[in-house]
Amino acid sequence: MLTNKEIKKINEIKSHYPDEKAALLPLLWIIQEKYGWISEEAMRYAGDLLNIPYEQVLGVATFYTMFNKKPTGKFHLQVCTNVSCMLRGGYELFKYIEDKLKSENSESLFTIEEVECLGSCATAPMMQVNNKEFYENLTKEKVDEILEYFRKSTKKEN
Amino acid sequence: MVKIILKDIHNLHKIDVYESNGGYKALKKAVKKMKPDEVIEEVKKSNLRGRGGACFPTGLKWSFMPKGNEKPKYLCCNGDESEPGSFKDREIFEKNPHQFIEGTLIACYAMGVKTAYVYIRGEYYKWIKLLQKAINDAYKEGYIGEKIFGTKFSADIYIHKGAGAYICGEESALMNSIEGKRGYPRVKPPYPAKNGLWGNPTTINNIETISNIPEIINKGGDRFASVGAPKHPGTLLFGVSGHVNKPGVYELETGIPLMTIINDYCGGVLDGKEIKMVIPGGTSMPPLTKEECMTIKMDDASLKKIGSGIGTAGVIVMNEDTDIVKVLIRITKFYYHESCGQCTPCREGCGWMLRLLKRIDEGKGRMEDIDMLVNVANNIEGNTICAFGEAAALPVKWTIKKFRKDFEARIKEVDLKLPPKNIVHALR
Repeated sequence: MLTNKEIKKINEIKSHYPDEKAALLPLLWIIQEKYGWISEEAMRYAGDLLNIPYEQVLGVATFYTMFNKKPTGKFHLQVCTNVSCMLRGGYELFKYIEDKLKSENSESLFTIEEVECLGSCATAPMMQVNNKEFYENLTKEKVDEILEYFRKSTKKEN
Repeated sequence: MVKIILKDIHNLHKIDVYESNGGYKALKKAVKKMKPDEVIEEVKKSNLRGRGGACFPTGLKWSFMPKGNEKPKYLCCNGDESEPGSFKDREIFEKNPHQFIEGTLIACYAMGVKTAYVYIRGEYYKWIKLLQKAINDAYKEGYIGEKIFGTKFSADIYIHKGAGAYICGEESALMNSIEGKRGYPRVKPPYPAKNGLWGNPTTINNIETISNIPEIINKGGDRFASVGAPKHPGTLLFGVSGHVNKPGVYELETGIPLMTIINDYCGGVLDGKEIKMVIPGGTSMPPLTKEECMTIKMDDASLKKIGSGIGTAGVIVMNEDTDIVKVLIRITKFYYHESCGQCTPCREGCGWMLRLLKRIDEGKGRMEDIDMLVNVANNIEGNTICAFGEAAALPVKWTIKKFRKDFEARIKEVDLKLPPKNIVHALR
């Protein structure tokens, strides 16, 4: 499931803690970065690597919302709708993207999710993509541009 | 205005710029010229209070750590920052990470800690990278690691990335999360200073709190204590969002009038409208009415006097067109989603509050629902392991207390004559 290089990285992380079990969150992050989500197989693998029972790994993986328990589209759009974003049109934006994806039939490429405050309240409304970059001060036009850019970037790859 | 953390120095995030502006001098002074107890005394003198919301005196907290080295001791720096309306710590990671690192090292020295963990929320992908770069640079220059400044003092700093759980900002949940467990808060006592990470003495401080430490060591505790409000001295990073013209993070002295922040720094309320409600310190703090906003000063004591609190200084401004019922639904939905599920009053109560609020909003509410909401909130408050219960209950109780007529109007289906623009805020 992981390469030798990745195992080495985990061993390095283990050395930060007196107890290797503490490396569970970092390990799940590495798996998710690589596969995009965390399968049952991955959880069993993580448990074996750190001597943690599978049930406990499942408990941890399901507790934290950022760990995907099922595959997402290539682009996971996480739109904040908490108070500060809501006051600046967060829900309007969410609905706009949702409708747009439906009408364009691109739900396999994009997964949209409503998320809680991402700590970007001064630049609302905003979204995060694939748990990485923040896209802030969004307008409908900006969203159109961003989605178009993503779409083009996948075409190039193909 | 005094600036302690977000100084106007170009490229301050780079280690050479930080050094040439007096960076890491406080660390040198502390480890070479001061005893650990003297550092704690200086912090006590400064009257620095925690910036995570509880306003606990930092020096006192540090003095709870046992002396001696029978057990390893730990420091956790809390950068979980998930309170809606708070976005100050990311500003520190981006603009002045080395001052935070220097503060962490001084704290380690004062308490005899060899390992510090910086817990940062998983969503802060960019800021984790920025801080990691700063930590790597500090390792290279010998500020972190073995035998710092040629003394016996050694310390390591590691970043621990969260994965999307508001509750991990609670100190004992944070420790469980570092240990690789679900983020469940622990029953206190025992307190972390006695029984923290892996059963060892641990102190948990907010990122902003720690970032103030170098200034205190450099210029002295007395000088720090003279800035801002006497009982809550220093500066705060006010994160202002919502209906203002220039939202953002502003470092201002404590005790500054709220209206000065809104009008002089944030360019006033959006579209020149009137204020309806302001949340002064993140959504768990009880809101303020327009009248209260006009006179309130932004420090812990002043806000406590009127039943609110400074929290994380995340100010959310709402104009006269705001639908208060919908805002409260959104806040309650957040707490319903984020409750860790350990304590029944919180796990079930948040759901009940949300359902009652939705019923009112849909026009199916009854007058007694309003008091039932307060009743449910009262049954959560004080009946949970951690302070999350209060965080969920207080906004409901106080919003109803201060804006009751908005709720009554929704039940009676009286049109509050909010402009059509307000429909934008409709909830799914």
